Amino acid sequence: MPFIPHTEAEVQAMLESIGVSSIEDLFQEIPAKLRQIRLDEVPSGMSEMEIMRLMQERAEINGRSLSFLGAGAYEHHIPAAVWEIATRGEFYSAYTPYQAEASQGTLQVLYEYQTMIASLTGLDATNASLYDGASALAEAVLMAVRLHKSSRRVLMPRTVNPIYRDVVRSIVTNQAIELIEVPYGLETGTTSTEWLEPFEGSDLAALVIPQPNFFGVLEPVDALTRWAQAHGALSIGVVNPVALALVRPPGQWGDSGADIAVGEGQPLGVPLAAGGPYFGFIACKQAHVRQMPGRIVGRTLDATGKPGFTLTLQAREQHIRRSKATSNICTNQGLAVTAATIHMALLGPHGLRSVAAHCHANLLSLLARLDKLKGVARRFSAPVFHEAVLSLPAAAADILAEMRIGGILAGFDLSEHYPELGAAVLTCVTETKTASDFDRYTHSLERAISNVLTITT
Amino acid sequence: MNSPADLKYSDSHEWARLENDGSVTVGITWHAQHLLGDLVYVENPSVGKEFSKGAECGVVESVKAASDIYCPVSGAVVAVNEELSSSPEKINQDPYAAWMFKLKPSNPAELKDLLDAAQYEKLVAENGQ
Repeated sequence: MPFIPHTEAEVQAMLESIGVSSIEDLFQEIPAKLRQIRLDEVPSGMSEMEIMRLMQERAEINGRSLSFLGAGAYEHHIPAAVWEIATRGEFYSAYTPYQAEASQGTLQVLYEYQTMIASLTGLDATNASLYDGASALAEAVLMAVRLHKSSRRVLMPRTVNPIYRDVVRSIVTNQAIELIEVPYGLETGTTSTEWLEPFEGSDLAALVIPQPNFFGVLEPVDALTRWAQAHGALSIGVVNPVALALVRPPGQWGDSGADIAVGEGQPLGVPLAAGGPYFGFIACKQAHVRQMPGRIVGRTLDATGKPGFTLTLQAREQHIRRSKATSNICTNQGLAVTAATIHMALLGPHGLRSVAAHCHANLLSLLARLDKLKGVARRFSAPVFHEAVLSLPAAAADILAEMRIGGILAGFDLSEHYPELGAAVLTCVTETKTASDFDRYTHSLERAISNVLTITT
Repeated sequence: MNSPADLKYSDSHEWARLENDGSVTVGITWHAQHLLGDLVYVENPSVGKEFSKGAECGVVESVKAASDIYCPVSGAVVAVNEELSSSPEKINQDPYAAWMFKLKPSNPAELKDLLDAAQYEKLVAENGQ
């Protein structure tokens, strides 16, 4: 669908038609002091030539690094065809279309996307995406509280991405929802049901279960899901979509599966970028579908009996139910979702499984090399997917800074969010890295440790 | 318009009937279902839950809108019509037979504050709906 702004003549014609003299008159009900039109801190515009030069200079400051950073956003190979197709005129819009009569192609892509996410998560129903993984978790918490009806308390393990926890806190705390942090085992790096015992007997709306968790570690999801079910709480899985090609999906956790699953969609064909745009996904059991927020595309028959696609279950959304809507999700990350759909279609189930298997094997290759370095050790004993926490013999920030000089982003410094782990980094390896990259990482780390220890002693 | 004379009505389009056992049966009016159109989903309150008069206690959803159900009198929910979860269209077919839930009223005098059939029909006619 093309988007063409109105001309000045069209705007004047519309104003005349409704008997208003200027656009400004339409905003009369907003008090004048709130209609701030001077933005003193915003610089005036730049020409295309100037902005191209500025952005190129900024990009050069970034340089080209060998990145082992994960912690929520992941570098994967994206086939060139993905964005070539996604940016065709027929798809090139961020908007989720309302108008079935004008948007059959886009709606069909979104329907395919929903089918793929349902298949990956093993759950019945999904929507046509949310903003990102963190806000998707907030939506899942809100959804669980609506479904549970009696409790507004949610157990949030500390092994959930700390940025997600911050976002959820921002979104839900003013809605009188209580988030209770659950500690983890310092040996295993997992959330054990023994840590949940203090909450037995209290009315709980939901338990959040990350898989893999922020440390890259696989959680005992069956035991956690069963615990939630036994204590009358819904279970919310926070999952990496690539890992789902290898590990059992949330729909198969415990005895009857997780109730809701959410995650960050970026690993499925969306390039790394500061601040996105990324996209979030959410899936749930059929019984919960009416509390799922956002746009949902359904397949139906038209008046002549031909199959077609349209938005469905919209009666609870904001354009109809206003302040009582299940969410304020409207236009979201349609273009990123289109790319993810093409990405998944090009890879297929075998391709995605191969990517996941290569990620895991590559991480093990790197860890085997690092095992030989003095003072470097894997922090946690539980199995991992494509990230692991490394204990270091000197401050992580210093070692990371040393390695950065050599062009390597070696990992995420955990000291701010997990001071109890001491000097520790979260390192990620995907299918994009090779044996020579692992050698380079190993040598660089060895040298960095030596340099930092020499300086500090 | 179809408003049985033996029922009481709220201005938010619920009907209420005092039963012989002292409970109050609640549903939505013919007018309400007519405005909503084909109902596709009914969300009833949980049995045991208490509501005060006028509180939101459920949702009826049609193909074009979702509307809150307001409790016509204060009380605790003692039964819900489970049949509606699989057959919400029963409300369209016969809104006075397809009850939603039954309350044990905490203050039965509140029933007197509700409208009778003639008052309710007048309200609907005045609102021009």
